[in-house]
Amino acid sequence: MEFLSWFEITLRVLTQLAPVWVALIVTFVLSIKYKRKLGLYGKLFDSTIGIIGFAIVMFWVFTGTFAGLFDMILTHDPLGQVSGMKNKVPGIPLRGAEDGDYPYYLFGGDNLARDVFSRMIAGSTIVIVIAPLATVFAFMVGITLGLPAGYFGGRLDIGLSFLANLILAFPVILLFYLLVTPEIRLTGLPQYMAVVLFSFPLIFTTVLINSRYYILPKQRNSLLAISLFVLGMLYVSLINETGSKITLFNKIDLFDVDAGLLTVFVSVVFVNSPTVFRIVRGLAMDIKTRDYVAAAQTRGEGPWYIMLWEILPNARGPLIVDFCLRIGYTTILLGTLGFFGLGLAPEDPNWGATINEGRKLLSIYPHPALVPSIALLSLVLGLNLLADGLREESLKD
Amino acid sequence: MGLFILKRFGVMLMTALCLTFIVFFLTNLYPNLEKLAKSEGNFRMSDEEVASYLGNNGYLRPLPMKYGEWLGVWPGYVITGSDGKTRARCATIDIPVDQAPTFCGVLQGQWGFSNVFKADVSDIVSTRLGLTGKLMFWVMVLMVPSALIIGVLAGMKEGSKLDRSLSSFAITTTATPEYVSGVILITVFASSAFGLKWFKGTATQAADAATFENFFLPVLTIALYGMGYIARMTRASMAEVMTAQYIRTARLKGVSFRNVVIKHALRNALIAPFTVIMLQFPWLLNGVVIVETLFNYKGVGWTLVAAAGNNDIELLLGISVVSVMVVLITQLISDIGYVYLNPRISVN
Repeated sequence: MEFLSWFEITLRVLTQLAPVWVALIVTFVLSIKYKRKLGLYGKLFDSTIGIIGFAIVMFWVFTGTFAGLFDMILTHDPLGQVSGMKNKVPGIPLRGAEDGDYPYYLFGGDNLARDVFSRMIAGSTIVIVIAPLATVFAFMVGITLGLPAGYFGGRLDIGLSFLANLILAFPVILLFYLLVTPEIRLTGLPQYMAVVLFSFPLIFTTVLINSRYYILPKQRNSLLAISLFVLGMLYVSLINETGSKITLFNKIDLFDVDAGLLTVFVSVVFVNSPTVFRIVRGLAMDIKTRDYVAAAQTRGEGPWYIMLWEILPNARGPLIVDFCLRIGYTTILLGTLGFFGLGLAPEDPNWGATINEGRKLLSIYPHPALVPSIALLSLVLGLNLLADGLREESLKD
Repeated sequence: MGLFILKRFGVMLMTALCLTFIVFFLTNLYPNLEKLAKSEGNFRMSDEEVASYLGNNGYLRPLPMKYGEWLGVWPGYVITGSDGKTRARCATIDIPVDQAPTFCGVLQGQWGFSNVFKADVSDIVSTRLGLTGKLMFWVMVLMVPSALIIGVLAGMKEGSKLDRSLSSFAITTTATPEYVSGVILITVFASSAFGLKWFKGTATQAADAATFENFFLPVLTIALYGMGYIARMTRASMAEVMTAQYIRTARLKGVSFRNVVIKHALRNALIAPFTVIMLQFPWLLNGVVIVETLFNYKGVGWTLVAAAGNNDIELLLGISVVSVMVVLITQLISDIGYVYLNPRISVN
């Protein structure tokens, strides 16, 4: 078998990604056709930067989904080692390939003879699941604490702001080293933090529904019961794990989350929430001086109703933009954790860990580190462009 | 103004105390102490041996007491251990136990002893800080002027081709974390893969003798990440100033575009970036840790990783005090500087 040329490699990678292209084209055709009916999302397609950013982000979303859910796109097992493929250059034919095996390592092999291409694809699944989810949790925490801090001000504001600044003054990497080690995991500390941090979506939903349907107790009670049951089950399943410090709810535990993953998740949420808090607080302080808030106060609306149904919807523009940027930042943080070998298992194909492994032989075999580097760069760049496009379009309103 | 600074110092002190207490708490959790004992003794120690080692060295007492000792407000321990030997916190090789002073903490200027590097924390931190300072200095020299130039050029005429291309460059650099740009730069400029061996892929020798060849890549890697952000802020601020009334007046009076930019716009446009540059320091510290690890440059960041990996409690505390101080002092400078630069704002 011959080595592949760069042209053939590109061609094969493009064909391998065929499902992604199909999904992208479908998304774009549908979105552009109905863009006038889709609000801010539709307007995104008026800005070139926004389109490019959205395309890159959706590329990774589809890649991660297809690889994670349907096992498509991957050419080899991301953890599987094939003898004789160690540190081989891109486009090398697979040694001892049998029928049904993909005959090439498209982007070469890494220092443990695994397929660089498949590892990069598998890494995208982890990122597109954890980064947005962690950002959502950080936003829940930031909004639930930032709105009252900005709206009420006073002692509450001073106390919460001091806490937020405290966390922000911490060097992130020191915090990671202190939180994300196997020793700390033994003490159960990340789980206790999860108990606190993951309760915020519950609090947020309760307050949201209660403030809206306060005058319709029947409707409120049924809505609250349903949403709290669903969220509560998820909450309990997330924090509870057999053989750890929290085993109270073993009987109703729906799923187990890998302890390393949970620790990584908690610390990323923890690092991100103070910044969200500061943004929301600033926005709340600004918006509460508007006339419509004064009007709401005169109508006798309660403070939580004003915060969640008057102030929050009017703060959505900057928050959506920041949400996109923050997913990018979370991706960078996840990479940082991987780069220092913290959290996930060492053989895990996440991008940061792969870069860390590859950098040891960087001057001789650059491809194992270069491929995930470019993947991470493109995803974060896509998110930044998307945020820029959204900002541009939301300012036009 | 005096009261403002005094208040800020009070908050700084509180923050530093809280943060060091958190670090103290986390490093003193039992599994961490166990790791420490095993790396000090040997890795096959039984649980009883670990406990007696920790007891003999005063690790198993209540947390506030230990923290007070570290601060220097609680008398240092004197323990007659299970092996019959008497150990005191304040005793060193030169000072025997019976002559040891009662207090030896940060307030007395004693930052403790590093278990990993076998040296005084103050010595380690000060030498490493010097090395990191050298790195940061060159980063600033490279980053600040280029970021400002890019930002001003881009913001001068919003929407122009120059603006589009410079903004794309800026956005790309902000999207590139240090461990990505470092890897790409090393691959292109230092590896045999591309054959451009212009620079060295490691900066270990730069600690003693920094040359362009071994020091440029780490400096560039840190500078790039910060540069994009500052440039974007400068661009936004410049673009805003360029739409102001007095700029239009100047243009209508017939002042050349060049003079409008340099004499009228620039001064006002540079207020916001000043704050941003100062607030950029905490981020740079992060980058420093990554870059020093990647390029094996033995500054504070590299030491932090080594200390954290081995649960070197007192060294970690020393480093966190230093980094917290850097963060808070730069915040203070940015607040005060902002007031001086912008007469419309007052501290009250």
